[in-house]
Amino acid sequence: MSSIEEKQQEVVEEFAFFDDWMSKYEYIIDLGKNLPVIDEDKKTEDYRIKGCQSQVWLDASLNDEGLVDFKADSDAVITKGIISLLIRVLSGHKPQDITKADLHFIEEIGLREHLSPTRSNGLLSMVKKMKTYGLAFDHQTK
Amino acid sequence: MSTTTTDTYKKASLGERVRPDFPILEREMNGQPMVFLDSAASSQKPQAVIDSISHYYTHTHANVHRGLYQLSQEATNLHEEARIKARDFLNARSEREIIFTRGTTEGINLVAHCLSLCHFKEGDEIVLSEMEHHSNIVPWQMVAERLNLKIKVIPVTDEGELDMEAYDHLLNERTALVSIVQVSNTLGTINPVDSIVSKAKKRNIPVLIDGAQSTPHMAVDVQKMQADFFVCSSHKMLGPTGFGLLYGKEEWLDRFPPYQGGGEMIRSVSFEKTTYNELPFKFEAGTPHIAGAVGTTVAMEYMEKLGFSAIEKHEKDLLDYGTAKLSQIDGLRIVGQAKNKAGVISFLVDGTHPSDVGMLLDKFGIAVRTGHHCTEPLMTRYGIPGTVRASFSVYNTLEDIDRLYESLQKAVKMLR
Repeated sequence: MSSIEEKQQEVVEEFAFFDDWMSKYEYIIDLGKNLPVIDEDKKTEDYRIKGCQSQVWLDASLNDEGLVDFKADSDAVITKGIISLLIRVLSGHKPQDITKADLHFIEEIGLREHLSPTRSNGLLSMVKKMKTYGLAFDHQTK
Repeated sequence: MSTTTTDTYKKASLGERVRPDFPILEREMNGQPMVFLDSAASSQKPQAVIDSISHYYTHTHANVHRGLYQLSQEATNLHEEARIKARDFLNARSEREIIFTRGTTEGINLVAHCLSLCHFKEGDEIVLSEMEHHSNIVPWQMVAERLNLKIKVIPVTDEGELDMEAYDHLLNERTALVSIVQVSNTLGTINPVDSIVSKAKKRNIPVLIDGAQSTPHMAVDVQKMQADFFVCSSHKMLGPTGFGLLYGKEEWLDRFPPYQGGGEMIRSVSFEKTTYNELPFKFEAGTPHIAGAVGTTVAMEYMEKLGFSAIEKHEKDLLDYGTAKLSQIDGLRIVGQAKNKAGVISFLVDGTHPSDVGMLLDKFGIAVRTGHHCTEPLMTRYGIPGTVRASFSVYNTLEDIDRLYESLQKAVKMLR
């Protein structure tokens, strides 16, 4: 199982193949379309991260091995594609590793604008929420 | 429209002629020549406005209304020239009826605050409409909560027009104010303000008209309109940010208590008793946005020089061309199809989310607005998450719309 850092490297290497923004975004859109959807009963206010432009729902659970599984969804497909990258990097790791992860890959693949506070698409809040889940599960297991 | 007609159009268009006056339109966005279609949020500024502000700070700046020295008097003259200009621009009776504000939002808050102190009483009703901007909802809700007032809402039809019959039924002896937008920022609908005001006037009900989106596009005559209050923002009408106008009938403004306390708005101050300055200064506490006033004068002059009939015609051409062109895109639905419309096209494309469309258009160098446009109740009315909105100003051209059309086609193809 690769570490969070190794997974970030993988993503960065993958994105290095794209030489224009269109192919990069087409890939993100594909990822968005293929992200396993969250259960309909989880698409409620409790799981919703409200952004100004698009909505994001996030659910997390701790599996038997003490690793965190994230599931998420959005009504906007580009947001969903970026979510899918975040889940790929952070899901399946120990709570404390998630909490302290430095997510530098977003910037390196040129998607930093999507996590800027002014974008208000819920992604920045989603990253914060993922880390909060990490923290909460960390406390729970202690 | 045939290609030949389009070409002649393009050559003659106002947009082509005034474009060089707006230096920012030369810039690129994401490596592409920028197409700016978000003027309903804030318009760009002509060089003359930018120069006037820079010239003011370089040569004429001093605090106004205070200094006996020449520089302060020159600054005061420039500042007060804006008031005279605004009086004529809105056709107010007197410059005493023109209050400088930070913008439309502050204008509405000022009126709401003052009416709450001298006019509204428990059980009164305020009539708004479903297409109001949050700025024309929230200040009234805040007052309504404090004084136990009711908010009544004029519904919007499927086409995006006000249901005028419903309006008639909402007016009654408890109605204490009608506050309506003249042009919808989301739908582009031009509301029949003359008839809205006259119906309220028959019952002696005061009316506020939100002119944030109308002043950039059409000549406004507050006397003809007969509204008691009219508010607008300079930054949407080619002027600087942080500056706006509140027109209020003198009899109301005289009755109003002051809004904020401080310098400028007083006649004399002692710890026992303070007396207030006369109109309009009673409502202008603190050092005003002098540079904002200077830039606004030039913006108003600039628009008058172009002429509102030419501006209206040009924007109508853009709207008609844009509507016809965008309607060719498969699955595109225009939200807001009022008969009388300003240069705004709000739309959704089947199988796409507005924010995805907006993100891709940005990559193509096209600046549009996406989301609820600060009109959440209207989005709820239509049951949609938001729209993509292209809005036009004097400097837009048919080529801008062609670029939007081509980029939108590509974006939709990527997303579906």
